[in-house]
Amino acid sequence: MSGTHGTESTAGPVLGTASDTVPPEATSATGEAGDNSAGIAAVGRVARALMPDTGVISDPTQLRTYECDGLAHYRVTPALVVLPETTEQLAAVVRACAEHGVPFVARGSGTGLSGGALPRADGVLLVTSRMRTIREIRHADQRAVVEPGVINLDVTRAATPEGYYYAPDPSSQQICSIGGNLAENSGGAHCLKYGFTSNHVLGTELVTPQGDVVQLGGLAPDAPGYDLLGTVVGSEGTLGIATTATVRLVRLPEEVRTLLAGFRTTDDAGAATSAIIGSGVLPAAIEMMDALAIEAAEAAVHCDYPAGAGAVLIIELDGPSAEVEHEYAEVERLCREHGAFELRLAIDAAERALIWKGRKSAFAAVGRISPDYIVQDGVIPRTALPEVLRAIAELSSSSGVRVANVFHAGDGNLHPLVLFDDAKPGAGEAAEKVSGAILDLCITHGGAITGEHGVGVDKAAYMPKMFTDDDLDTMQMVRCAFDPDGIANPGKIFPTPRLCGEVPGRRKRAHPLVEAGLADAF
Amino acid sequence: MTTVSLDAARTALTSACQDVSDATPADAVDGVPVALVARPSTTEEVAEVLRAAAGHGLAVVPRGRGTKLTWGRRPEQADVVVDLSRMAAVLDHAAGDLIVKTEAGALLSDVQTTVGSAGQRLSLDEYVPGSSIGGMLATNLSGPGRVAVGTARDLLLGVTVVRADGVVAKAGGRVVKNVAGYDLGKLVIGSFGTLVVITEAVFRLHPVPAARRFVTVPFGSADEAARLAQSVVHAQVVPSAVEVEWRADGEGTVGVLLGGTPAGVEARTATTLQLLGTGAEAAEQPPAGWGVLPWLDSSQPGIGLKLTCALSGLAPVLSAARRSAADAGVPLTLRGSGAAGVLYGGLPADAPVGAVAAVVAATRAVCSEHGGSLVVLESPAAVQDGVDTWGPVPAIDLMRRVKEQFDPERRLAPGRFVGGI
Repeated sequence: MSGTHGTESTAGPVLGTASDTVPPEATSATGEAGDNSAGIAAVGRVARALMPDTGVISDPTQLRTYECDGLAHYRVTPALVVLPETTEQLAAVVRACAEHGVPFVARGSGTGLSGGALPRADGVLLVTSRMRTIREIRHADQRAVVEPGVINLDVTRAATPEGYYYAPDPSSQQICSIGGNLAENSGGAHCLKYGFTSNHVLGTELVTPQGDVVQLGGLAPDAPGYDLLGTVVGSEGTLGIATTATVRLVRLPEEVRTLLAGFRTTDDAGAATSAIIGSGVLPAAIEMMDALAIEAAEAAVHCDYPAGAGAVLIIELDGPSAEVEHEYAEVERLCREHGAFELRLAIDAAERALIWKGRKSAFAAVGRISPDYIVQDGVIPRTALPEVLRAIAELSSSSGVRVANVFHAGDGNLHPLVLFDDAKPGAGEAAEKVSGAILDLCITHGGAITGEHGVGVDKAAYMPKMFTDDDLDTMQMVRCAFDPDGIANPGKIFPTPRLCGEVPGRRKRAHPLVEAGLADAF
Repeated sequence: MTTVSLDAARTALTSACQDVSDATPADAVDGVPVALVARPSTTEEVAEVLRAAAGHGLAVVPRGRGTKLTWGRRPEQADVVVDLSRMAAVLDHAAGDLIVKTEAGALLSDVQTTVGSAGQRLSLDEYVPGSSIGGMLATNLSGPGRVAVGTARDLLLGVTVVRADGVVAKAGGRVVKNVAGYDLGKLVIGSFGTLVVITEAVFRLHPVPAARRFVTVPFGSADEAARLAQSVVHAQVVPSAVEVEWRADGEGTVGVLLGGTPAGVEARTATTLQLLGTGAEAAEQPPAGWGVLPWLDSSQPGIGLKLTCALSGLAPVLSAARRSAADAGVPLTLRGSGAAGVLYGGLPADAPVGAVAAVVAATRAVCSEHGGSLVVLESPAAVQDGVDTWGPVPAIDLMRRVKEQFDPERRLAPGRFVGGI
């Protein structure tokens, strides 16, 4: 579980460098290089027949540029990389994979922080970065239809002229792709009020692990039948590959107010957060940073946060002006009541941007105060915030491992940054231990092992701490329905794969109308 | 079931669950007779009942409070009703976290009372009075308020279910943000009891707004209704609901609900009155019919339709539905969310099958042209026999495979759902 240098702000397809690659031991999660070589060759032939040379990569040096995603600690060189430009090409490659039993992994921009797009040494990496067309912006329907490689922020850019935007805003929104967001059910600072990717993706064209193209959901809500879309979103590429996404466009708010509040302690800031939520105000975002995170941000971007603050809250309110004005007065009062010693309201877009700059750069900024760090992602009930923060501080002081806290306080989503220096013997292990203990804290407080970064390869081993074997087995029944051969991103999410057995044709009783040949669609 | 097997089944179920009784005619599921009713009081008892039912090859229909048991198609078989009404506890209301954990048999109204004491609400409208939590989830019931906060899929955080083979499983959790594992909750919502039996659920809550106001305006044509709805949707008033009602007798009304702070609601009401123009009125109380399904308007429940479309399809769908009903000579009342693209339609229970089929076919075609669908949610046997009630379903093969995985023997509400699932 080590997101060493969780570089959210690094652009481009290559987040790791090939030079210092230490391939992990081949495991069931990564496959063994050289396996499936005949199948890989066959898939490569299918791909080459369909797309230009640049869309099929088998040169070892080039392959290595795809060896990791945003969780650069894990590296595996894929056997083949394919960059399809159309649904038809992508589906044909997946069909070839299915035919030859070759595992495949989908990748968007490669910014994920849980190794969800870690390639297989015995498999194909399907990269959607050439499927980057915004097909439709439908203001009257409040929907956009986009291809999976489209960059998150580009949807907002395309919708803004007519007064709309795409609400989910992961910190990496300038480079992360909608397809990756869909696979990971990505969050962001504003999901407190607006929800996650799953609340904003209303439809998808999905290439199933057998290479079939199906439409789930669409422009209208509540499609009849099981909500397969709801299960596919957040399934980390294990149920197929999205080739389009129909997303909700949200009206740009009439007014936005961003407030920076300085507190002496994280306890005070936590109490203010609870008071705001308890008062009935639902801010668009409430973000917290502790002293160490503030120090890092100051060093990196000079965001000019209140001097001497043990914690800051960034509180953003949006909506109709008449509502925001009232809510702002309430929030200001509650902050002061809970010990805020400095309140700063952004008076224009530039000031707002400066306040957010400190927060958004926090992960990368930590690199200024520590050569290496782990980005953790856990969730607790927000009322447990003060208690869990004290426990983290205790862990930190007893182990001597520094922890900087940056998180979405409003919804209890913690991002502790565990700092270490890999050059010092044993430091990495000590950091791993603290990072794991923080996850245990989340679980014992009734929380979750990941709020938005996903399970991937990173946390598969933690799933049994949160779920029983029966829970995991039941989830994998869905997997068996979609992917009976287990070739879609195998080794991710689940620590132990379920044997799917025979799937189709076990129906004991057919519907009488179907049996009688009267109907199929009833 | 023969007498011998009924006795054996009764014995097995009785050892699995304390409260098992012979069914009465009132327990029939949409006309399909039931032999036994089991009323388990814990998730483990539900599991025992399902294991016993599996052991005796019995078909099982889960029931919350039985208010929507006639929705969907009638099941092919319903030997045992698993009645969740003894699992009616609101287990945990964590007010500071804005979440509630409840048993599936709990009444939505009881949940609202509990969380209401802290000024909070579960943002699901009680569209069918007397609904249980499990029943609302199984039918994916949603009302006017979906515009602001969405539907069950946007509110359900965690779920405990029992599979057809009696295995208990949970997914999600009790925190508002969580991406660990598959979101089985979404799969279960709207599955009409064909996949699992839901026994517990955790929801996120919302604060009850301090003030609310309803603004209504009459309309005379489908185009006008759509124009009014769009004007509110694209403005900055942030409506909690935008309802469009068109009664069979010709009266049409667009109704907008605004919720928020007293001062904010006052200002937004003024803007909304301007947007809706001549004839618009504001009121503290909802207009007649608000939050009532059109086929439940009278004491005699009628035939219930659900129409969906992209927002821009509102006018053509309204027109097509009205025109087809007029052509078929049946009175159709439409009511639903003009800002969500969901309309419900009510026809009299005794409408001729041919007329219903004509309305369904003509309207469904237009819904589908605008990205949506039409399903017949509730109808008498004759209509179910003569009309494709669920309509075409994309990805039906995948859905069948999911059902195969969860319930390969087809023991849970067989035939009630899409594609004969």
